Amino acid sequence: MKSAQRHIRTNPELEEPLHTRAVHDLRFIRETIEAADPITAVPGLGVLAMGVIALAAALLAELQPSAERWLAVWFSAAMLAVGIFGITLWYKGRSSGVSLWKGSLRRFVLSLFTPMGAGALLTTAMLLARNLQPVPGMWLLLYGTGVVTGGAYSAIRIVPVMGICFLCLGALTLFSPAAWGNTMLAIGFGGLHVLFGVVIARRYGG
Amino acid sequence: MAHRERVSDARVQVPKPAEEFDSLIHARVRMGVVSALAVTDSLSFNDLKALLKTTDGNLSVHARKLEEGGYVECRKSFEGRVPHTVYVLTEAGRKALGRYLDHMEALIQAVRDH
Repeated sequence: MKSAQRHIRTNPELEEPLHTRAVHDLRFIRETIEAADPITAVPGLGVLAMGVIALAAALLAELQPSAERWLAVWFSAAMLAVGIFGITLWYKGRSSGVSLWKGSLRRFVLSLFTPMGAGALLTTAMLLARNLQPVPGMWLLLYGTGVVTGGAYSAIRIVPVMGICFLCLGALTLFSPAAWGNTMLAIGFGGLHVLFGVVIARRYGG
Repeated sequence: MAHRERVSDARVQVPKPAEEFDSLIHARVRMGVVSALAVTDSLSFNDLKALLKTTDGNLSVHARKLEEGGYVECRKSFEGRVPHTVYVLTEAGRKALGRYLDHMEALIQAVRDH
């Protein structure tokens, strides 16, 4: 008797009414479809291009005579990088038959860009307060947050890993000398993007 | 009590018995493979393995059954020297998934109607 009870417990589907199984099956199918949407939609070449832009921006920003102009260089680079990432994301999504505004890919995009919007507002507030010292660390932390949360919707496992690297670098930057800020941004937005962009492009395509 | 009786009746009056389920899709991993391929042009073996959180051996067995049933097509190639396996849903597979979904929805509707 005990043996039979154990057998039933290890095979719950045998006891499950058909309509309950149907509900579970439909939920499983929906979740699978949502998870499959963005599976290869993070564009490796787009991430790589963002890294190259950031490295160029770091070199250019280093030459600027004022904090405002330094900020303007990074802001312009960010706009360019986001545009290129958006285009490559759209192109890769389209080539694999996935809409940008459908299912998990939409959540990925929203999760990624919401902290970046918050970062833009905080940067404006810091600029008005004439204290840009925490900006590099804050950017790296907020971007890392977006990549980790957005990456949770991606089956490309190294996307959240990239986000964690940004978070660690951001935390380090916050408590580093202010003079290191530009270099830390180059290491993060430049180095990490190039590194992970190459890995994603090789394993999952551009 | 009355509610329990109505549910019990509904179980008896479901549209089709369990034996008529498409056994090729009914298994979880195979259902996952077919569902995932329904929304993408193709997925690699590694993509499917990561998506369904399963092992190489388990996915191989289930994918082969779907392939033998004509529901998926397996395309093998080389990227450099590395073998690359990609799966594509066939028209028969797409229709089978549609029938399966209809069947599930009909079951749920039958319960709701009673």
